[in-house]
Amino acid sequence: MLLLADRSGPVLAQDEFPNPWVSVDYVRDNADAILAATRQHVTLTLVSVTLGLVLAVPLALLARRFRRLETPVVGFTGVLYTIPSLALFAVLAPVTGLTATTVVIGLTAYTLLVLVRNLLAGLDGVSEDVREAARGMGVGPVRMLLRVELPLALPTVLAGLRIATVSTVALVTVGVVVGHGGLGQLIFSGFNNNLYRAEIFTATAACVLLALAADALLLGLERLVTPWARR
Amino acid sequence: MSLVTDTGRWLLDGAHWTGPDGVPARLTEHLVLSGASVLVAAALALPLAFWLGHIGRGGFVVVGLANASRAVPTFAVLIILVATPVGFGDRATVVALVLFAIPAILTNAYTGVRDVDRDARAAAEGMGMSGLQVLRRVEAPLALPLVLAGLRTASVQVIATATLAAYVGGGGLGRFIADGFGRADPAMTAAGGVLVAALALLTEVVLGAVQRRATPGPRGRRPAVAVGVPAAQV
Repeated sequence: MLLLADRSGPVLAQDEFPNPWVSVDYVRDNADAILAATRQHVTLTLVSVTLGLVLAVPLALLARRFRRLETPVVGFTGVLYTIPSLALFAVLAPVTGLTATTVVIGLTAYTLLVLVRNLLAGLDGVSEDVREAARGMGVGPVRMLLRVELPLALPTVLAGLRIATVSTVALVTVGVVVGHGGLGQLIFSGFNNNLYRAEIFTATAACVLLALAADALLLGLERLVTPWARR
Repeated sequence: MSLVTDTGRWLLDGAHWTGPDGVPARLTEHLVLSGASVLVAAALALPLAFWLGHIGRGGFVVVGLANASRAVPTFAVLIILVATPVGFGDRATVVALVLFAIPAILTNAYTGVRDVDRDARAAAEGMGMSGLQVLRRVEAPLALPLVLAGLRTASVQVIATATLAAYVGGGGLGRFIADGFGRADPAMTAAGGVLVAALALLTEVVLGAVQRRATPGPRGRRPAVAVGVPAAQV
């Protein structure tokens, strides 16, 4: 309509009603909403990844203690990973409602594959000689796990944690279908708001920056807790 | 557990299996959208991967691209595309799907060609094969297991992501999920979720079988596992 009305004039409609991708005004006027969405995004990511880790550790230890369980455990996390998140939200939502719980259950499920796989790979990577030496020093099974095996597996585990976290930050946006998508809420509201580009782009950029920041933070943590790995 | 019965009843209702809004029509849309996207992505990524793998360069870029793609939400890219001249509907979806299918295909094919045994390559060159012949007759066949692993990963991911098309006015099985949420019809929503999940799992299993059959070597061997972690399923 607007475009048609302006056809006769020399000025294009886009110029009179600019819809720029980057707008300082948008960010300034909507700082509160952006912050609230970011906060929701961070919370959903933190809760999901933490829960994922809490579930992945016993699963990995179980698979390692009883090798027969390894294939079913890894297979199960693989099946979970293959189910599209949107499909999972759709099946969960009628039960758990349009809540953050629905999003957290789905996102937690997705972290399991990478976390379990890397936990197993890290623990399997501990050399038998190291175990033998520890055993010779009188280290029991619990201390062996906590003081010898887990620290040595840490670089691999943290690499998995980084992948899981970055993926989760991106996936939170899909939570928009149940009304809890963090920055995804702004992206979708920009879409519904006559393709308000500044809103769409700002939220997307914030989301990518959040993923990169989380990655950098975990990389720093990895360096900090595994000083022996530094060359 | 009335939701389970309701969902089952929805899926068994013959009325949901006919017409342009029926399951077969939506399934066809979903498969066409996904198939076209994987084909375009493969046409773009495979030549590049073969070339880079052959000359043994660009690994940093390939891996970097795969890692970076994980940080970018597909949903956001889809919405951004809609706000560009690409516009609403299936066109935006295909572009987004292609963009996100490329890393998996690229990384795997690249790694497959690059890691071809040096002796095999040297032997082929010693027989007087040209660079292109080495690529076509030695490197590509030896890289096949990983090429297929990449295509499988990309296909499953694309099938999952194609569900989002419904949110930008496109078709596919995602319609049942989007419309189910829109009409507050839990049975329809859940049925859509079940259909999409079943399709993704079926694709994984079928392509796994295809991959196994196409891979030379002893029967019953597991198909090659894709390198890297696939981008999260949308």
